[in-house]
Amino acid sequence: MSQVPANLRYTKEHEWIRLEADGTATIGITDHAQAALGDVTFVDLPKVGKSFAAGEVFGTVESVKAASDLYSPVSAEIVEANTGLNDTPDLVNREPYGGAWMIRVKLKNPAEAAQLLDAAAYSATL
Amino acid sequence: MSDTLARTPLYDLHAELGGRLVPFAGWEMPVQYTGIIEEHMAVRKTAGLFDVSHMGEARIRGRDAAAFLDRIMTNELSTLKPGAARYTLMCQPDGGCVDDLIVYRFSETEFLICLNASNAQKDLAWMRSLIGTAKVEVLDECAAWAQLAIQGPLAEQILALTTSLPLASIRRFGFLVGEVAGASGCVVSRTGYTGSAGFEIYLPAASATLVARALLAAGKPLGLIPAGLGARDSLRLEAGYPLYGHEISERISPIQAGLGWTVKFTKAQFVGREALRRQAEGGPPSSVVMFSLDDRRIARQGAIVFAGDTAVGEVLSGTLSPVLNKPIGTALVAAGFTGSSELTVDIRGTRLPLHISVEPFVK
Repeated sequence: MSQVPANLRYTKEHEWIRLEADGTATIGITDHAQAALGDVTFVDLPKVGKSFAAGEVFGTVESVKAASDLYSPVSAEIVEANTGLNDTPDLVNREPYGGAWMIRVKLKNPAEAAQLLDAAAYSATL
Repeated sequence: MSDTLARTPLYDLHAELGGRLVPFAGWEMPVQYTGIIEEHMAVRKTAGLFDVSHMGEARIRGRDAAAFLDRIMTNELSTLKPGAARYTLMCQPDGGCVDDLIVYRFSETEFLICLNASNAQKDLAWMRSLIGTAKVEVLDECAAWAQLAIQGPLAEQILALTTSLPLASIRRFGFLVGEVAGASGCVVSRTGYTGSAGFEIYLPAASATLVARALLAAGKPLGLIPAGLGARDSLRLEAGYPLYGHEISERISPIQAGLGWTVKFTKAQFVGREALRRQAEGGPPSSVVMFSLDDRRIARQGAIVFAGDTAVGEVLSGTLSPVLNKPIGTALVAAGFTGSSELTVDIRGTRLPLHISVEPFVK
């Protein structure tokens, strides 16, 4: 069974988002997503300063089998991208909720976050 | 096409071993167990066990069997000795490939042919349509056989723990018939689709689970793990082996695919001879090349290859090479550009330099 931490919010497309105390949020892909992808070989992330609408593609995660789009859970501006994943894309398989976070963002419309799935609702989609 | 997927005799074992089952060529097959890269490296360093029971089998027998095969295949099969196997293409009159196959000779008048899963029924119909007045039977034995492939540097040592067959006496593309793990009637051949040493075992379908369990148990202390179709694909690409529907197809001939060595023009007649000879002499309009990229992005099937701003080809297969730790693949490239050092490939809008390799990435 894949892990679904209770303190995060989720999208149907298998991204997670953690709302930080400073008003930013951290985004990655779920344990279920990494398991479905298999060995991750490449993560293409946006540059700091770029903005995305909720549901817009912000990057790509690629495994031996396939390339998949990454969707922004919320409307946001990129504050930091996890460039460490350039050298260790396999961290996505090992620590999807930890070291393999993908982007840190500034929320443009904090109300959007309330519409995301909680852990129980996301688990129900799996 | 039927909506229900076929299952190999090892279906329950795959589930028990944690295999991730996916649809492939009409079959429900394990794409991976623990991970494609881990399984790939096991085959390169120790050994992996593959269920390839989805592959089809046809028995060809009769007084004219050898002459019939010479007439419908590009390679020469009449010179094959009993106990030996040979790789061959079966072509259309225009030179396009019906399938690529391995032909095993049992006796003067009896052969077994391994067919690609996706082509098995097409192949059987094609072969039967060419019988004419020849004294030969084409028998569908797809359901009768299961197939296992044990591949890797320790494959022989592990297989030897389950059989008294003299494996060391089997040369590359040779085979013996005998008992493996108590199951009689197994065909054990020194062949494979990985670029590592190893064997393929054709066995009665009812014995498949027993033999697979015996091999996994015997090989576990030596590092044998079950391996899926994902690793099979990355292994064959590193080794430069074609996959039907990618490097060879009804529109890509053996001459284009660099498989001219399987086409014996010394035979006076065979299906596709004239078209293939024209291609071999005049040069084909496009050819298959192997390539690598200095990047992490994989160029996948359908990605366009450019020379400057001109599209000159397309990617046929692509994966990450776990041995090289970089993307590799094959592409069909127009004549005149197959030796170019200036090619690029478009991956989601980014053009990356493509390095053509004349040699397979592993040997």
